[in-house]
Amino acid sequence: MRDIAIIAFAQSANKRNEQIYNEAEILAPVAREALQKAGLKKEEIDFTCSGSSDYLAGQPFSFVIALNAIGAWPPIQESHVEADAAWALYECWIAMQADESINTSLVYGFGKQSMGSPRDVMNILNDPYVETPLWCDTISMAALQGRALIDAGLATERDFAAVAARNLKHAKSNPKAQCKGDFTVDELLRSPTLASPLRKHDCPPITDGACVVILAAGDTAKKLCKRPAWIRGIDHRIDVQAIGRRDLTRAPSAQIAAEKAGVGAGKVDIAELHALFTPQDIILRKELGLASDCVINPSGGVHQGNPMMGTGLVRFGEVADRIIRGEANRGVAHATQGPCLQQNMVAVLEGK
Amino acid sequence: MAAEEVLRAEHVLEFPYKRSVGPILGRFFTELRDNQRIVGIRTKRGQVIVPPAEVDPETLEDLSADAIVPVANAGVVKSWTWLSDPRPYSAYKKPHAWALIQLDGADTSLLHAVVVESEAKMTTGMRVKAVWKDERQGHITDIAHFAPEAAK
Amino acid sequence: MSEAQSTEKKPVTYINTPVAVKYDYTAGKATSDFMRAVAQGKILGNRCPQCNRVYVPNFLVCVQCAVPMGEPFEVPDSGIVLTFCIVNIKFYDQVLEVPYVSAYVLLDGTDLPLMHLVQECNVNDVRMGMRVKAVWKEELSPSLESIRYFKPTGEPDAALETFKEYL
Repeated sequence: MRDIAIIAFAQSANKRNEQIYNEAEILAPVAREALQKAGLKKEEIDFTCSGSSDYLAGQPFSFVIALNAIGAWPPIQESHVEADAAWALYECWIAMQADESINTSLVYGFGKQSMGSPRDVMNILNDPYVETPLWCDTISMAALQGRALIDAGLATERDFAAVAARNLKHAKSNPKAQCKGDFTVDELLRSPTLASPLRKHDCPPITDGACVVILAAGDTAKKLCKRPAWIRGIDHRIDVQAIGRRDLTRAPSAQIAAEKAGVGAGKVDIAELHALFTPQDIILRKELGLASDCVINPSGGVHQGNPMMGTGLVRFGEVADRIIRGEANRGVAHATQGPCLQQNMVAVLEGK
Repeated sequence: MAAEEVLRAEHVLEFPYKRSVGPILGRFFTELRDNQRIVGIRTKRGQVIVPPAEVDPETLEDLSADAIVPVANAGVVKSWTWLSDPRPYSAYKKPHAWALIQLDGADTSLLHAVVVESEAKMTTGMRVKAVWKDERQGHITDIAHFAPEAAK
Repeated sequence: MSEAQSTEKKPVTYINTPVAVKYDYTAGKATSDFMRAVAQGKILGNRCPQCNRVYVPNFLVCVQCAVPMGEPFEVPDSGIVLTFCIVNIKFYDQVLEVPYVSAYVLLDGTDLPLMHLVQECNVNDVRMGMRVKAVWKEELSPSLESIRYFKPTGEPDAALETFKEYL
């Protein structure tokens, strides 16, 4: 296995509605910033992979247009996943492990959720025979998971609100944050439920945005970055799709991925969780085995901004940035897809 | 450039999907339509999965139509949510519940709507039964919704 | 009656699961600038400060250099047929009568062709290098349909050497 590290991360400001620029136009300056941080020219990138969703973009093959933003001519070695860009990072990592001529990779994710209604659109990803025709939205599905936690005595609505309050407080130091501030649990609980037991603060915001991560292998990483964030373990697992066939208080795939990635092998300073809804934060902390001294979501997590299809990759970037800056030694990045934490990716990043 | 100068237009992305259902789900939909009956499938491990699946994900055992078994049209709410603002594409225009319902004889839960007057009528563990549409076409929506089972 | 009953008993082999979702689609900055200009009877392009190419429509970023493009400017509405095809099949939703010519038109002073129609001549007379000019509609709108088509100007054809690099 080769040593592979994140050497640069850039993201757009999270915005509720980017009025002027389209996806490629949001992405272009972010890609330039990441390359500049990495000290690389676009010609020096060996492999490129992106994550996006045509249903979010509202047009087939939408990722092709985004290629304009990164200068894909003369032809580059390139791939795409119809998934969160964390899975594009995984593809880059695999490509770099498999082919030693690939020393650098550029990963990007983007989404412009404001054009549609994501909580409804994402229903198209459910079982097309017995679930999608019902048009049960994603917030309702997450609420079924929240209720399952409450009924099992594993959490309360106060616990959910506390997760939101923590994230929004951390977001105050995040210059890219869309939502931030000091809120008490009591004041959050005064708002009405959207899909009981979930309230607005339990849900991710609707965000337009893009993000870029640059990976480098071995000596290349050391040459380009004083303190690369080395990927010491990475794994992803998937549970059965139908939520009626799962114990919703658990996420076994997250637990296995964490074990395979080696989360428990040392102290975890920080963790960025792709917990779209507050109950998922509570489930993940347990499945990943995160201790109470681990700082969860120092960026504000998903609640400060949710540039869907880039949100998981941002988790990698936020952990890596803190390691690169020397603020943390060992961190965990998590990304998820599918209803109610169906598929989970966990990575351990280290400064040494 | 001011935001209002950006060109925008309403755009509807439409896919008129027609899906083959195969023998297992085909039977599920046929039973809904013709017999107002819900069926599941029994795995070799003895678990009854509803709606029926083609494969047992834990053992990779192929499940055949022979393993299809009827389950009850009524069961228990395992989890639920009250949606006060129904969604634009759903068939339910008034506030209602979504629930995971474990039908009697099943080991898994079915996702469907529960229609009651108010959230106060919903509890985990309550019993509900299927309410059928008069005109059924072999579709999950042949079950109009679930409703509280009358006290016995 | 008996026939209706027998169809009733046919097992379900497929289901209809139509999906239709609404979007508030935005064109983005570059395309909005371009379409607004078209609504005024102008075609916009812009130049990459690094490779010097002129793109039509104007882009925000050079697809080759990945650097921001220069300010958009009006380009001529005349140029040459770079390449073309004769469409003989009426496909779904097609409003044009076949046969018709769909062409890549390279406007004068630009480096990226625009796809459009060539009319007012026999389809068999269209050639690579043929000089053409836009025929605009009376009523302009922010759409490329504001240009009805391109028509031959009758000027001498461009020599292959002058446009070979774009093929």
